[in-house]
Amino acid sequence: MKKRRIVLWIGDIIGCITAFCVFIIPFLFMLVNALKDRKAANKLSISLPEEFMWENFWEVIQTRNFQILTAFKNSALITLASLVVLIFLGSMAGYVIQRRSDRVVKIANICIMIGLMLPPAILPTIKLLQLTHLYKTFASIVIMEAVMELPFTIMLYRGFISTIPNELEEAACIDGCSRWGMFSKIIFPLLKPITATVIILNAVTIFNDFSTPLYFYPGADNATVQLTLYNFIGQFSSSYNLLFADVVLIVLPMLVLFIIFNRRIVSGMVAGSVKG
Amino acid sequence: MDKKKTYSIWFLMPALVIFVIFYIIPTVSSLYYSLTIWSIDGAEFCGLDNFRMFFSENSLSIGIKNTLIFSVLTCLIKVILGFVIALFLTSGIRTKNLLRSIVFFPNLISTVAVGITFKALLHPTKGLFNRFLDLFGAGGTDWLGNADLALYSVIGVDGWKGLSVAVVIFIAGIISVDKTYYEAAEIDGASWLQRLRYITLPLTRGSRNSIIILSFIGGLRHFELIWSMTGGGPGFATDVLASIIYKQYADGFYGLSTAGNVIMLVLIACLAFPLQAFLRRREVD
Repeated sequence: MKKRRIVLWIGDIIGCITAFCVFIIPFLFMLVNALKDRKAANKLSISLPEEFMWENFWEVIQTRNFQILTAFKNSALITLASLVVLIFLGSMAGYVIQRRSDRVVKIANICIMIGLMLPPAILPTIKLLQLTHLYKTFASIVIMEAVMELPFTIMLYRGFISTIPNELEEAACIDGCSRWGMFSKIIFPLLKPITATVIILNAVTIFNDFSTPLYFYPGADNATVQLTLYNFIGQFSSSYNLLFADVVLIVLPMLVLFIIFNRRIVSGMVAGSVKG
Repeated sequence: MDKKKTYSIWFLMPALVIFVIFYIIPTVSSLYYSLTIWSIDGAEFCGLDNFRMFFSENSLSIGIKNTLIFSVLTCLIKVILGFVIALFLTSGIRTKNLLRSIVFFPNLISTVAVGITFKALLHPTKGLFNRFLDLFGAGGTDWLGNADLALYSVIGVDGWKGLSVAVVIFIAGIISVDKTYYEAAEIDGASWLQRLRYITLPLTRGSRNSIIILSFIGGLRHFELIWSMTGGGPGFATDVLASIIYKQYADGFYGLSTAGNVIMLVLIACLAFPLQAFLRRREVD
């Protein structure tokens, strides 16, 4: 028993050291370099800054006429609007797909499962958006983000609804509840836990998404957070302090989210991926 | 209770309609557009020319090869390392909760930010990674500038970022294995290795299959990390299908870009679907 305890102690120590070197150092590296002056940051070392340059953040915010603020606003609005669409459409679709099993539903189910795997066809989609005069509009990016995440969302809802006994609905039916009332008053409130998972997972994905806005929402006014970050690589190529200040600013919201919702994110991740 | 009446198809319609319009229709029409010379001026039918070009031109066909290397290797890294780390984090060590959070966090950071940070860490002369290797006299490698190495460096970074999901899924799988199996095995005198081989490995097959499928498909579609770290360079050494699709689109060769899209689609359909069917079948046995 004593031997086992020593082995576990060694395991603890090795684990912590490895995790520190592999996972923590890159973050420290971002953070210390974001706080250095230009010359010190360009050495790319991990030493502590001699002087803390908090004004780096201010300088990044000011760049290109406060582009990063526009980007944060755009990203937040896109994330919010897509989430509303996803929750609304995803829960209703998951509900019907889980409860019914006729041909239409089966076909819909196959369509959606294909969507989990196959990549979107980019140029035909742009063409379609142009034809419908949606290209470069806020509506188009919300629709596209929602379409990308819809299969996954429906899958999560479908899995959760299978755990709700349908005696509830039978009772409501006998009491003369309407179809819409049954969903909105009985089922939807029961979906709260999975809705929380859906919100967190999709918020992270949509906020961090780079390629969807890159293709479907171009233009300086439409810049999202990740696109701005990518564009700043060129602008700040010789001043790593500003580049890393930008990185820190953009990673920060996710860090806060993670500290608050640590467990929920992890369990949601597991639920989502195991069922797929 | 009449199922058809209660669970009205209208609840499904909004989701299905936008999904069909903005996903299924473009996907189906991409099959036609990949057979055209297509630019801003319009599309002109040209048969299989785009695909012929894709396979004959070195700068394009290398993308297919790289995509396959990328997805297979990242998949292997995640399955093997992920399992080892998950085993470690489900053993009796005291700091496991802290370590689990730390391992998980990279997953929440945007890929572009990871790309920027690792590009700096892998800098040939100043980068922290090479300075660490210098201690053993092994530094001086240009990880991202060397055409033979660059792809593997990006694969390593993708492993760093993507490992967390694999670890979390494996942990869930390992924890859900019934404890009585281990107790019975211990009474029968099975060693740690035997318990691993005959209990843990077979009973985590479900989690393993999910990870294989997820990371394999993710690898085939991968774009963001490669684009933010190397932009497909040096030369075309790290170009994958997704980055070629973007480059051809940016250059205005819409038909060629769509052909790349169709190749990716066919690759996933021909590799991932059978792989999933195969893994599922073994799961049942």
